[in-house]
Amino acid sequence: MTTTLTRPGALAASGRPLVRPDAAKHLSDEQILELGRELDAVRDEILARRGASDAAYIRRIIRIQRSLEFAGRGTLLFSKYKPAWFAGTAMLSVAKILENMEIGHNVLHGQWDWMRDPDIHSTTWEWDFVTPARSWQHTHNDLHHRWTNVIGKDKDIGYNLLRMDADQPWRPFNLGNPLYNALLAPVFEWGIALYDLELPEYKEGLKSKEGLNRDLKAVGVKVLKQFSKDYAATPAVAMLSGSGKQALYGTLAANAIRNLWAHAVIFCGHFPDGTDTFTEEEVDGETRGDWYVRQMIGSANISGSKFMHLMTGNLSHQIEHHCFPDLPSNRYAEVAVKVREICARYRLPYTTGPLPRQVGSTWAKVFRLALPNRRVKAATA
Amino acid sequence: MNYIVDEMIRFTALARAASALTTPLTPEDFLSLFNPVYSSRQLRGVVTRVEHETEHSATIHFRPGRGWHAHKAGQWARIGVELDGVRHWRSYSLSNAAGQDPAITVTDAGAVSHVLVRDTTPGDILFLAPPQGDFVLPEHPRALLMLTAGSGITPVMSMIRTLIPRRPDADVVLITSNSTPEKSLFREELDELADQFPNLKVRHWFSSALGRLEFTARTIADLCPDWRSRSAYACGPEGFLNDAEELWQREAALDTARTVPQVSAGSSTQGTGTATLTIERFSTDLTMGAGHDGGLVTFEQSDREVRADGETPLLDVGEDAGVLMPSGCRMGICHSCLIPLRAGQVRDLRTGELRNAPGELIQTCVSAAAGPVNLDL
Repeated sequence: MTTTLTRPGALAASGRPLVRPDAAKHLSDEQILELGRELDAVRDEILARRGASDAAYIRRIIRIQRSLEFAGRGTLLFSKYKPAWFAGTAMLSVAKILENMEIGHNVLHGQWDWMRDPDIHSTTWEWDFVTPARSWQHTHNDLHHRWTNVIGKDKDIGYNLLRMDADQPWRPFNLGNPLYNALLAPVFEWGIALYDLELPEYKEGLKSKEGLNRDLKAVGVKVLKQFSKDYAATPAVAMLSGSGKQALYGTLAANAIRNLWAHAVIFCGHFPDGTDTFTEEEVDGETRGDWYVRQMIGSANISGSKFMHLMTGNLSHQIEHHCFPDLPSNRYAEVAVKVREICARYRLPYTTGPLPRQVGSTWAKVFRLALPNRRVKAATA
Repeated sequence: MNYIVDEMIRFTALARAASALTTPLTPEDFLSLFNPVYSSRQLRGVVTRVEHETEHSATIHFRPGRGWHAHKAGQWARIGVELDGVRHWRSYSLSNAAGQDPAITVTDAGAVSHVLVRDTTPGDILFLAPPQGDFVLPEHPRALLMLTAGSGITPVMSMIRTLIPRRPDADVVLITSNSTPEKSLFREELDELADQFPNLKVRHWFSSALGRLEFTARTIADLCPDWRSRSAYACGPEGFLNDAEELWQREAALDTARTVPQVSAGSSTQGTGTATLTIERFSTDLTMGAGHDGGLVTFEQSDREVRADGETPLLDVGEDAGVLMPSGCRMGICHSCLIPLRAGQVRDLRTGELRNAPGELIQTCVSAAAGPVNLDL
């Protein structure tokens, strides 16, 4: 193999963006090029070792998740007994969290496509989340991951609802920022389903009527199925033991718990203090190295135990996930060691912290940005 | 437990009702927790028995799940196995009689067959595609000549096992070429069948002692005097089949009533009158390029053909040719541009890795042609 391989796609082969982000101003074009090569090497090294043990990992997680879901729903059938209600709800909550995060999110990214297993593939997978997988793949994999944190391009900055960056103009509507976020959290999946319809794009004429109708139909079918499973079919079977009402509350609680958790984890990905947002000038002319820099300084990790990483779907390794969105999630922990070392060597920020601190930090931002920017910026800014 | 699971599957109405509880998964996805044969998307089978035939070959018996249909003698099936976590598919002839549970006989000759022969044990899961192929027995009984070399005996063995014990009116001569008796698949069983049933004659040809089997009218007539009046079936390596084809073509040319013989990949029949030759070929691969020279790209459904160099992403190649290509990030991260590769070979522009498994989904935005490429779009 030759030493330099041309990188296809939207990135420039050489040069620099019109404006380089502040956090990377101290780096020369050559250094950025070298940083890109180092990160490519990290990816290639994982690809070379990826194999049977990774395949066994995802299959084990899927088996655990399905067993938990099976047991959880089974236990809820007898949920008129308090312990059964708690046990069933807890198992179903954990199952739903695993299903959405470590399995759904990552399979839909194509992290397991290399196995060529049609049962675990980004083109066939559908998840236990109201937004249809295909719609989400478009707004998330394509738009969010390509335009990570670029104001005006990456609508994930606030999901068209919240003001999450000081560079987003303030409107009186934003006074409700904390209220909207508090209301969004327990119904997060519905918020994402609405967001994936891209209604603002439709109003601006950027999305066709046929496109919208197709998405509306898909989400309608999905909503119906999701709703009848959790709120009709499961309670109906539970009625046989006189637990119908309790089973309904159990599935409702499990969905709410999953939504609260997913919301918390996902908000920790790009909103805590220390993460940067970018202007369109900062991505214009971006090289692969610059692209990596943007992913690293625009994302934040969550530190914690192995179990915590699993329950976040390894989105606690958000920085690594953004550098390499289609590497298998079980590899992010070892990738993180190398990425962190590279960041230190190139004097780039690497934002991480325990969950409570990161959640606190995002909520502080939600409150702060409810108000207009202060005219006089603090000296420390 | 399996019995209960089987019963549940039979009641499809119940399964449909159950899917209201399992959506977006299917009941099979949960049943696979108890029995791995169940899958809503792909046919699987459980290995029930493995018999070692020769030093380098084994017969693998398996019980297929729902979606399989009984094979005709001589047909083949695609078998998928995992090598280091990655699914690989190969085609193998089914070697046992029609009407029996399926089995494949595999000779260790490559990465996939190596795993099948050396590492398969009862209880293992095989991924399957239903049996197919036109290399099958004629509908009406007639005198047959079977010509095989090496592992080419497998589909013919299925025909012999199907025909000989059940049809006293059958009339089969088998010429089977192998390097040594030890390397001859099914040698003992064939000899026993020939002893027991007068309607089967077996002619072994051992090339280590006799040299390569020459396809001349004389040699074949020595082994089977009335070969011209028999319907012939041949299965074996490329050279063996080409030689056989040439002999039958020469004979057809001598024949007064002549038609242009058809030569095509896969199973084909040629010759005139009763002297027909049906052959089974497995190698239909496109010739592989060196990797950096590009090749002719065919967009099958769009009916477009374009020459591409070895550096331009297939996504750009398709768009330039006016094909409506699915696309997304254009940098290899979002997997929105996946298209099935029907045949040929592509190179991953990021890693230089070559991909050539038929049916594999490829990322067109980071893949370039590495030889001829046939895309399902």
